[in-house]
Amino acid sequence: MADIAQDIPVVRQAPPPRSTRALGWLRVHLFSSVFNSILTLLAVGLLAAAVPPLVRWALIDAIWSAPNGQACHAGGACWAFIGEKMRFILFGRYPADQEWRPIAVVAIFIAMIAAACVRPLWGRRLAVVWFAGLSAAFLLMAGGLPGLRPVETGLWSGLPLTLILAVIAMLFGFPLGVLLALGRRSRLPAVRGICVGYIELVRGVPLITVLFMASLMLPLFLPAGVTIDKVLRAQVAFILFAAAYLAEVVRGGLQAIPKGQIEAADALGLSYLQRTRLIVLPQALAMVIPPLVNTFIGMFKDTSLVLIVSLFDLLGATEFALTDSNWQGFAVEADVFIAAIYWSFCFFMSRYSQLLEREFNRGKQR
Amino acid sequence: MIFQTRLWAAFAAVVATLCGLAAGQPAKAGPTLDKIKQAGMFSCGVPTGIPGFAQPDSQGVYSGFDVDICKALSAAIFGDPGKVKYVPLTAQQRFTALQSGEVDILSNNTTWTLTRDTDLGLNFGPVVFYDGQGFMVPNKLNVKSAKELNGATICVQPGTTTELNLADYFRANKMEYKPVVIEKIDEVYAAFFSGRCDVMTGDATGLAAQRIGRASNPDDYVVLPERISKEPLAPVVRHGDDQWHDIVDWIVFALIQGEESGITQANVDEMKKTEDPAIKRMLGVTPGMGKALGLEENWAYNAIKMVGNYGEIFERTLGMGSPMKFERGINGLWTKGGLMYAIPIR
Amino acid sequence: MASDEAALTLAPARPAPWRDPKLRAIAYQIVFVAAVVGAVGFLVHNMLGNISRQNIATGFGFLRKEAAFGIGESLIPYSPADTYGRAFLVGLSNTLYVAALGIVLATILGTVMGLARLSGNWLVAKLAQIYVETFRNIPLLLQLFFWWGLLNTAAPAPRQAWQVLPDVFVSNRGIAYPVPVASPAYKWMALAVVVALALLVPLRRWAAARQAATGRQFPRGWAGLGIVLGLPLIVFVAFGAPFALSVPSLHGFNFSGGSAVSPEFAALLLGLVIYSGTFIAEIVRAGILAVSWGQSEAAMALGLKSGQRMRLVVLPQALRVIVPPLTSQYLSLTKNSSLAVAIGFPDLVSIANTTMNQTGQAIEGIAMIMAVYLFISLSISLAMNLYNRAVALVER
Repeated sequence: MADIAQDIPVVRQAPPPRSTRALGWLRVHLFSSVFNSILTLLAVGLLAAAVPPLVRWALIDAIWSAPNGQACHAGGACWAFIGEKMRFILFGRYPADQEWRPIAVVAIFIAMIAAACVRPLWGRRLAVVWFAGLSAAFLLMAGGLPGLRPVETGLWSGLPLTLILAVIAMLFGFPLGVLLALGRRSRLPAVRGICVGYIELVRGVPLITVLFMASLMLPLFLPAGVTIDKVLRAQVAFILFAAAYLAEVVRGGLQAIPKGQIEAADALGLSYLQRTRLIVLPQALAMVIPPLVNTFIGMFKDTSLVLIVSLFDLLGATEFALTDSNWQGFAVEADVFIAAIYWSFCFFMSRYSQLLEREFNRGKQR
Repeated sequence: MIFQTRLWAAFAAVVATLCGLAAGQPAKAGPTLDKIKQAGMFSCGVPTGIPGFAQPDSQGVYSGFDVDICKALSAAIFGDPGKVKYVPLTAQQRFTALQSGEVDILSNNTTWTLTRDTDLGLNFGPVVFYDGQGFMVPNKLNVKSAKELNGATICVQPGTTTELNLADYFRANKMEYKPVVIEKIDEVYAAFFSGRCDVMTGDATGLAAQRIGRASNPDDYVVLPERISKEPLAPVVRHGDDQWHDIVDWIVFALIQGEESGITQANVDEMKKTEDPAIKRMLGVTPGMGKALGLEENWAYNAIKMVGNYGEIFERTLGMGSPMKFERGINGLWTKGGLMYAIPIR
Repeated sequence: MASDEAALTLAPARPAPWRDPKLRAIAYQIVFVAAVVGAVGFLVHNMLGNISRQNIATGFGFLRKEAAFGIGESLIPYSPADTYGRAFLVGLSNTLYVAALGIVLATILGTVMGLARLSGNWLVAKLAQIYVETFRNIPLLLQLFFWWGLLNTAAPAPRQAWQVLPDVFVSNRGIAYPVPVASPAYKWMALAVVVALALLVPLRRWAAARQAATGRQFPRGWAGLGIVLGLPLIVFVAFGAPFALSVPSLHGFNFSGGSAVSPEFAALLLGLVIYSGTFIAEIVRAGILAVSWGQSEAAMALGLKSGQRMRLVVLPQALRVIVPPLTSQYLSLTKNSSLAVAIGFPDLVSIANTTMNQTGQAIEGIAMIMAVYLFISLSISLAMNLYNRAVALVER
């Protein structure tokens, strides 16, 4: 006790220097110990070795316009290639004279995703917006109305195809995933067994085998003469795949619901359907929104796999553009370009999911 | 509550609409011809990119020898060469795509072999191109014969007879090699021209075509003289539909017979007035042939009028009228020392 | 007992059969199973019809036929004269090899990056964050194409290979590096490592007993390291230090001597490690953040040094949070290795594809791929579940 009393004057000393001044900041954040100083020096060395050549390649030595590939091999990046192939990379084999349609479709999708991120809109209005948006996008892509030339799905490509595959997979996979999750938690052993079997089977195999199944084998399983469109087959594969992963996400939410909620619902005399729809799902689904966004990011990246079954999504169209014999050897430039596109979508969505997670947890951090 | 019900109803509506729109019309069960006539088009599997045979332009529109075969089929069946949906397929995907009904015919530089004809459940049309497997090497390696390739790294497309012949050849000559297999033919060639492999192997014509079409300096590369295999390339259809098989057979024969009889795109209308009974039968002036095939009587007329005879197709896509500048060689008519021989149309 | 009787007497009459929950449950299940079986049966029936009409061969007999195609890289001896079955094994071993190596390297990279993000060093933390945010948000397939393209087009031909380290050459044929020439000493050294590892168990027990008895700590880590390194070293010296390197040198078309990995393998491994590393970094970071700061403070109050604090207090708790998501990362890395097919590395899927193409038996091929991956997935989850049970919190 006495010691503490004697220590009191120390507390009155001026506070330690805050890290407002540059030197103080440096000392605290970069050179706090010998080990940290070594790390800092190593990191600076790494940056010094990597950044200047990158900048030189990407900006200083880069070529921004060139008549053909031969004139573009001067050491730096050939952004002229991107300029030449931009249309094909983004919209692929879609008829060039109808270019405004895929552009509009991409705009619609971006607007819909943006709308889905505005929380006050969540609810009926959003459903209406999405319904209208999807219908419009589908009509624009497929055509068939007066004034809109029909375009077969084999020509759908580039960014619109990527967006369609990812968004529809989530939209249709979600209800299926909810059913599977409910089935997995069911008290009926046969239902539970089949749902568990499906979920584990799909999650246990790589997506490309599911895609191979859908695109190469599914037709063998259909009655003779019945054919399903190739894009639709890949879409079905994505829906089935997404459903299994979404089921596990939803199951996480279902498991987090206190048993008391279910008992209370039973006590009120609600039937299974009423209980599930009115008590269980609203709580469970609200809880899993952030992981749902993460699953969507995963699906968005996974759509790139359709190139293996010869569909021309964003990556597929890019690889296709790279085969032009007049423009050989610009894979790195093209990859960097579409990496930037994928990255912006995924980064934005992952930031959004982190934001949601923080907001959702706010209530629990009292 | 009411809102939720409506939401689900709306969702169900979307599902139903999209399914209905997208599932397309399930074609009625039956032979291929009925199906494609009902659909108003057929789908044709072509290679993803071989200069001269099937090469997309910058809009992704395909042209070349393989494509023209399908155009001729379309012209004969529909009276319009444009009723074809071209499906680019890699060597690995093509047979499954045909078996499963995704495409109705492969015009895909496919080699006719016994196991493909039997185990794979395929049927081959007439040979449209006689080729042989060869090797291409950069000049700077200074290789003069395939026998000097021991230890080489070799680029090859998987799922082809090429891959098997390559293994056979090296086994027979007690040599070692390291295969680099990449699925898309254009990527195999890109890898070769960027120096990933010492040697590129494939159908000799394809090698020569890629050398001209893709190498930054064709003179840096040479195709070695050896031909290590026979590669008769033919269109392929599914096993079990004889009518469709017949149609493919006879349209190809008509293209060859057209060249033999001197019927060209330019003079086919003149030829209709000829007195030659064989030509009158073929062009449908004397009816019967079309009906026997289940096509319009002017099937052969349409094919030649709209696409040209075999010789014209060859010249335009692979021969002197193309950047490839290939000789006819064994792909000439039998009357000129080649192997192209049409079966009598009567 | 009394309540049972009361229930008996109070129970209403047996409900009508269509209202009896038990009967209804059975009925629901019968309907559900019938629907599933019916749908599957319909598909199988169609398939059998299609196969027989098109005369497609069936059965697994093809596995005993000669494969007759070459495979670029293989861990087990293989020649085109071998069977399809053996080719399949080559693919399987390649898949397992790249997945195992990928898991180890991605765990190391991910842990380092996860710790780096928590570092007090601003620059290091930022660099780690940039790494994670960049590579996590780009599709793996695109990254694979990128690395492969870089190795293929940017790297020079063997004659102009970059010498990145003494005797390590990077060219568009891959990365050639020196390996020690085999010697009988190495076998004994491996045995010495095993013996040393076995010695660690009694050492650890003794140290624990001593600490319990006297309170004095024994530097277990250093002593253990000394034994594991020292014992093989003694064997090495005893054999007269037989150390010869087989160095890669340019010979004809390519490098000979030493060992080499192909650009395909290098690109696949690089892509898998860098991509999965980002996720593992986040898992590690979240796991460590999940251990409340009070635990560390308590450990400091007990006078534990920072290493001990990490090893004895923080890590055991963090691992509980880390292991389940880490398991699914390992699983997805293994499944992602199937993307090898896109860049031409002969993994299971790529070889099965070739086989399907030569034999036309797609259904059998896909079934085999799926069975293998299911088996791998279930094995990894089983192993990790066992581990998880071992480290899980024992609750009251």
